[in-house]
Amino acid sequence: MVERRPLLDVLSHAVLILGVLVVAFPLYLTFVASTHTADAIVQAPMPLLPGTHLTENYSAAWYGTGGGNGSKAPVGQMMLVSLISALIITLGKIAISLLSAFAIVYFRFPFRMFFFWAIFITLMLPVEVRILPTYKVVSDLGMLNSYAGLTVPLIASATATFLFRQFFLTVPEELVEAARMDGAGPMRFFKDVLVPLSKTSIAALFVIQFIYGWNQYLWPLLVTTNENMYPVVIGIKRMISGGDAQTEWNVVMATALLAMIPPALVVMLMQKWFVKGLVDTEK
Amino acid sequence: MAAIQIRNVVKRYGTGKTANQVIHGVDADIGDGEFVVIVGPSGCGKSTLLRMVAGLEEISSGDISIGGRIVNDLEPSERDIAMVFQNYALYPHMSVFDNMAYGLKIAKVPLADIKTRVDKAARILELGPFLARKPRELSGGQRQRVAMGRAIVRQPQVFLFDEPLSNLDAKLRAQTRLEIQKLHRELGITSLFVTHDQVEAMTLAQRMIVMNAGVMEQFGTPEEVYTRPATTFVASFIGSPPMNLLRNAPDAKAGTIVGVRPEHLDITDSGWGLRVEAVEMLGAERLVHGLWSHGAGDELVTIRTEESHAVPALGATIFVRPRPDRMHLFDAASGKRL
Amino acid sequence: MEKRVVFRSAWLPWVLIAPQVAVIGVFFFWPAGQALLQSVQQSDAFGTSVEWVGLENFRNLWNDATYLASFYTTALFSTLVAVLGIGLSLILAVFADRIVKGAMVYKTLLIWPYAVAPAVAGVLWLFMFAPSVGVVSFWLRALGVDWNHLLNGRHAMTLVIMAAVWKQISYNFLFFLAGLQSIPKSLIEAAAIDGARPWRRFWTIVFPLLSPTTFFLLVINIVYAFFDTFGIIDAVTQGGPGKETAILVYKVYYDGFKAMDLGGSAAQSVVLMVIVVVLTVVQFRFVEKKVNY
Repeated sequence: MVERRPLLDVLSHAVLILGVLVVAFPLYLTFVASTHTADAIVQAPMPLLPGTHLTENYSAAWYGTGGGNGSKAPVGQMMLVSLISALIITLGKIAISLLSAFAIVYFRFPFRMFFFWAIFITLMLPVEVRILPTYKVVSDLGMLNSYAGLTVPLIASATATFLFRQFFLTVPEELVEAARMDGAGPMRFFKDVLVPLSKTSIAALFVIQFIYGWNQYLWPLLVTTNENMYPVVIGIKRMISGGDAQTEWNVVMATALLAMIPPALVVMLMQKWFVKGLVDTEK
Repeated sequence: MAAIQIRNVVKRYGTGKTANQVIHGVDADIGDGEFVVIVGPSGCGKSTLLRMVAGLEEISSGDISIGGRIVNDLEPSERDIAMVFQNYALYPHMSVFDNMAYGLKIAKVPLADIKTRVDKAARILELGPFLARKPRELSGGQRQRVAMGRAIVRQPQVFLFDEPLSNLDAKLRAQTRLEIQKLHRELGITSLFVTHDQVEAMTLAQRMIVMNAGVMEQFGTPEEVYTRPATTFVASFIGSPPMNLLRNAPDAKAGTIVGVRPEHLDITDSGWGLRVEAVEMLGAERLVHGLWSHGAGDELVTIRTEESHAVPALGATIFVRPRPDRMHLFDAASGKRL
Repeated sequence: MEKRVVFRSAWLPWVLIAPQVAVIGVFFFWPAGQALLQSVQQSDAFGTSVEWVGLENFRNLWNDATYLASFYTTALFSTLVAVLGIGLSLILAVFADRIVKGAMVYKTLLIWPYAVAPAVAGVLWLFMFAPSVGVVSFWLRALGVDWNHLLNGRHAMTLVIMAAVWKQISYNFLFFLAGLQSIPKSLIEAAAIDGARPWRRFWTIVFPLLSPTTFFLLVINIVYAFFDTFGIIDAVTQGGPGKETAILVYKVYYDGFKAMDLGGSAAQSVVLMVIVVVLTVVQFRFVEKKVNY
C-alpha cells in the first residue's frame, strides 16, 4: 500500500466481505436446509434461519433411512468409500511419483528421456478424454465395482511426478556428494535425505490429490453400479430424483454438508503447505 | 594417514572428436601427513583434480593411489577419505549431531562409539552447545566447523578441502584458516586443500601445487614457489602486487622475459628510466607505477617503496635499478624458467 | 536442467520407474491408443464386427448439427466461465492484496470452495434455483423474473455458469494473490512518485506484470470448463433442456454410454484430445517466453 487512502480501504473491505458472503451463501443455505423438515423447505421461500431437525436429518442421511424417491444408500457407507478411494489415489500417486521422479533425476539409463516425455504427456489428457476405452480396459480386467477400478486409472496422470522432479532439481548437488562420501547408497539417500526434504511438496500434493480423489464424479459414475461402491459425490446426485417436489431436500443438503467436510478440513488444516504447493506446482 | 600418489592423471569430458580435455597429465607425490594446497585461477582444473582423488569424478586415464592402493574404481566411501565442501553440504533437516553421525551410522559403528567420536570432534571444534541445532540456525562459520567435524569423525586417512573458506567473510576466513592450521598440527592427517586465493595457499601449505589450464606448473614449498617460480604464470600468480615481467628489459637477450618483484626495485639516480603514471598510497608502503617506453611499445612497471622515500610526482621521470640477485629469467616462448 | 551428480546402477532405475510406467501404460496409453483406433472404425449394432471407415466418423461429426451446436455451447460456456471466473477473482485478489488487517481471515474464507466437488456445487446451486422450492428463484419471481431453468435454455446456461464460476473463484484467487505479491513493491512506489493514482497504476503496471498469471489461469480455466464441469452439468441439467447445456465432454459421455455410438464418441474424444494438447502446448510456449523480463 503506497498512500493512505481510507476510502479505498473501506471499499476494499466492503468488496471482500461481499465476496465472502456470495461465496458463503450457498453453504449457509445448505446448512439451514439440513436442519428443517422436507416440508418446511419445499414451501418456498424456505426459512433462512436454522431449524431443529439437525440430528434427525443427519442420521437419516448417514444410515440411509430417509423417505423420498431418490437413492437411499447410507451416506456413512458412501463416505467410507470416498475416504478409502481418495486415500488410495493420494498415497498411491505420491509413492509412485516419488520413485519415478527419483529415477529420472538421479540416474542415467537408456530411454530415460523417452520415459520422461511419456510421463509428461499424461499431464495433458485428463481421464474425461479417454473414458470409453479406459472403461473397457477396467471392465476387461474385471475391476468394475472395486476400489482398484475406482483408483488405479486415476493414478495414471503424472502431475505428482512432474512436481517432484522440479523439486529434486533444486536440491543442491553437494548433498548427494556428501551422502556418497558418507557411504549412503541411492535408496539410503532417498530415504534419509531426499524424502525428508520433500515434506512440503508431499504435503501440498496430499491436499491436492485428496481433494481430486474425493471429488471425482465422471469416473466413478461409469465404473460403479453397485450402491455399496458409490462415493458420496455420486450418492448426492442420485438422491435428486425427478421433480424437486419429491426430493427430500433436507436430507440431500445434510448429505452435501457431510460430503464437503473432509476435503474442507484437509484444506483448512494444511492451508499453509497447500497454498505454497499449489502455486509452485503449476509453474 | 597415508601418502597420495597421482600418476599422469588426465581428465576428459565427452568422447571422440568432441572430447574436451581439461587436465593434461598431472604427476604428484604427496607425503604422509603433508598439507598440500592446490591453487590456481578459476577453471584451471584444481577442483576437478580434487574430485578425482575423492572419487566424485571419473579418472579418464592415469592412476591415483591412497595409502599404497590404487583407488581409481573405488567409491568415495571406500577410499577412507573425508571431504569438506565449499557450500558445507550439511543435511538441512538433521541436527548437527546427526549430520556428523550419519556416515558412521551407515558404516554400522556402534552407538557408543559414535557418541564418543562426535563428542570429541565437537570439543576440538567448540561445537558442544550446538549439537542439537539444525544447520539453518547456525552462522556460516559454525556451519563450516560442523562440516569439518563431519570429516573428522570419520577418522580418515586423507582430508579433502574444496574451497571451504570462499563463502566466508574476510574476518571469518582469517579465523578459520588458523583453526585449520591448528587442526592439522593436532591431528596430522594428510590434507589436500583447494583454493583460488594465493594468500590462503601461502599461509596454509607445506607444499603447493600451482595449476593453470589443466597443467601443473609447479609443485613446491611456498618459499620455493615465491623465490624461484618455475614459469611466468607462477611468477605472476603468486605474490601481491604481482611480479613485473618485462619482454624488452634493457640488456636482456632477445626472446627472454625478465622478471623482478616490485619490492626488489630501488629508485636511484640512474638505471631504467620510467615515467610515473600513478602512485598508490597504502599506508605502510607505496606503489609507484611507471611506464617503461622502448622501441617495441610500453610496459607498466610497479615499484614498492617505503614511506620514508619521497613521493615522485606524476609525469616525472624516475630511475630504477633491480637488485641483481633478485632477477628471474624466463623463456618468452614457453614461459619456463631459464 | 540436468543433475551433474548421479548414482550408478544398472537395474535400480528400472525398478523405481516400473510402477508408474505400468500404470500409465495400461491405463493411459493403451486406452488413448484405443480411442484413436475406434475413432476411425465403425462397429455394427451388436458390436460383433468392426470395419475401417477412415475419417468418416469425423466427417459425420462435422455434418452433425447437434455436434456443432455442442461445440458452440462449449465455446460459449468456457469463455464465460473463464472470463467471469478470472475477472471476479482478480477483483477480490486486488483488494485482498491491499489490506493488511484480516488478510488471513479473508483468504481462509475465500479458498474453501476449492474443496467442494463440482457435482456438489451443482447440487447446491440447483437447490437455490429450483423453480418451485429454491430460495433465489423465489426472490427472482418476486422481482418479476420467471425463472425456470428446466424449460428455458438461457436460464439453464446461466445457472451452470454461475455454479462453475463460484467453484473456481478460490483457485484463481490464490494464484492472483501470489502473482500480486510477487510484484516488487518498489515498482508501485516508483509509479506513485511519478504521480500515478491507484486506478492508473493498476492498468499500466500491475495488470501487465500479472499477464503470465492471467494467461496461465486462462488456459487452466478453459480446461476446467471443458472437463471438470461435467459433474455440474450432470447434477443440474443433464445437458438439457434439450441439448442446450450439453458441452462436448458431456456429449462424449452421453453418446458413448447412453446412446452407444462408440465410433462417434471415440471421434469426439479425439477431437477433445487435440484441443487440450493444443491448449497445453500454447500455454507452455507462451508462459515460458513471457515469464522472462
